[in-house]
Amino acid sequence: MNPFSYNGGVCVAMKGDKCVAIASDHRLGAGRLTVGTDFPKVFEMGPALYLGLPGLTSDSLTVVNKLKFRVNLYELSENRKIKPHSFKAMLEHFLYEKRFGGYFIAPVIAGLDPDTDEPFVTAMDMLGAGETNEPFAVAGTAEESLLGLCEALWEPNLKPDDLFETISQVILNAVDFDCLAGAGATVHVIEKDKVTTRTIKTRMD
Amino acid sequence: MGDGERYSFSLTTFSPSGKLAQIEYALAAVAAGAPTVGIRAADGVVVATEKKQKNQLFEEDTVVKVESVSKNIGIVYSGMGPDFRLLVKRARKISQEYKLRFQEDIPCVQLVQRVAAVMQEFTQSGGVRPFGVSLLIAAWDNNRPYLFQVDPSGSYFAWKATAMGKNYVNAKTFLEKRFSDDMVIEDAVHTALLTLKESFDGQMTDNNIEVGIATAKDGFRLLTGPEIKDYLKSIQ
Repeated sequence: MNPFSYNGGVCVAMKGDKCVAIASDHRLGAGRLTVGTDFPKVFEMGPALYLGLPGLTSDSLTVVNKLKFRVNLYELSENRKIKPHSFKAMLEHFLYEKRFGGYFIAPVIAGLDPDTDEPFVTAMDMLGAGETNEPFAVAGTAEESLLGLCEALWEPNLKPDDLFETISQVILNAVDFDCLAGAGATVHVIEKDKVTTRTIKTRMD
Repeated sequence: MGDGERYSFSLTTFSPSGKLAQIEYALAAVAAGAPTVGIRAADGVVVATEKKQKNQLFEEDTVVKVESVSKNIGIVYSGMGPDFRLLVKRARKISQEYKLRFQEDIPCVQLVQRVAAVMQEFTQSGGVRPFGVSLLIAAWDNNRPYLFQVDPSGSYFAWKATAMGKNYVNAKTFLEKRFSDDMVIEDAVHTALLTLKESFDGQMTDNNIEVGIATAKDGFRLLTGPEIKDYLKSIQ
């Protein structure tokens, strides 16, 4: 059994004009059996920093807790908020520490730089091999569909409302073709000093 | 055995008056070391130190006392040279590890805290002695200048201007009179050299002093011989 697809689920993030969006589906499965429809996979790591962790749910929760611990220590000792690119480096380090016997997750990061408000989006594999600078990042059981839809629908300099529309269409249409993801989705649109979280409905089968 | 000696063997033992003798001796080693001054100007920091050799046959330009740690942070010391080199090695390693971990240059305050932690460890461990150096850490970071002093005890202070080593009390009094908040880096280098000159025995040349500056433009760097010569011309 593949641990990456056992619980199912997807996550997608994309850049906009001075904003970023990150979305995940709500399904929690045990193989082909759906055991929950109230399980978003995006976690808040700071005021404008979100982490999506599709993959093996038990590992996702462990990683979120361990990472939050590191971020808290960092922010106490540095007396400032962590920047998305430092957070990415921290996560890469954290994952590669478990080079042999890692966490079965596929992280996606979305955030705004606290100083410049530059949008930041990235994805990496379970060992912390980060992606190069792309305008969108995808992960999870419908990864290929998500990537294709991003390439088809995304365009540069989307305003927050258009970005919400685009990312919603991407995740909605991607999970409709995936039996291991779906059951609704949550979308966070991150702007300077403002995060809008919306829940969208999808097919429930 | 007199009372003064009883608590000086084991570093980790307090005397009844609450002193750790070895730390006081380390500070004495610093106070006997070469004079060093640091001044924080509006647009940069300067650190300057004397490197007079005991013998005129030494090749002076092979001695380096002002070291850079990262592209925007530099360190200089008063006290024991070999102890300093070990701390520089540690500081560079700390700054590179930070960069590896967070893909960001180490903030000056973080470096100071971590180097100070190393020095503190050597006041509480068995079989070691404290470092016989005080450090001045100069940095351009966060769009502002920083000047820190770290002592053998592991305590650290942020200064507008300070002096360490031989004659530091007079040098500090001198700086108190000369320092102003709106100084620019050129004024600060000038004042630093004047401060060194107060206690300098003989003629100051570009070979027997060393000057480092941290600015927005260059980060941290050593002044070259000709640059030092130009500044020296204006004070002689």
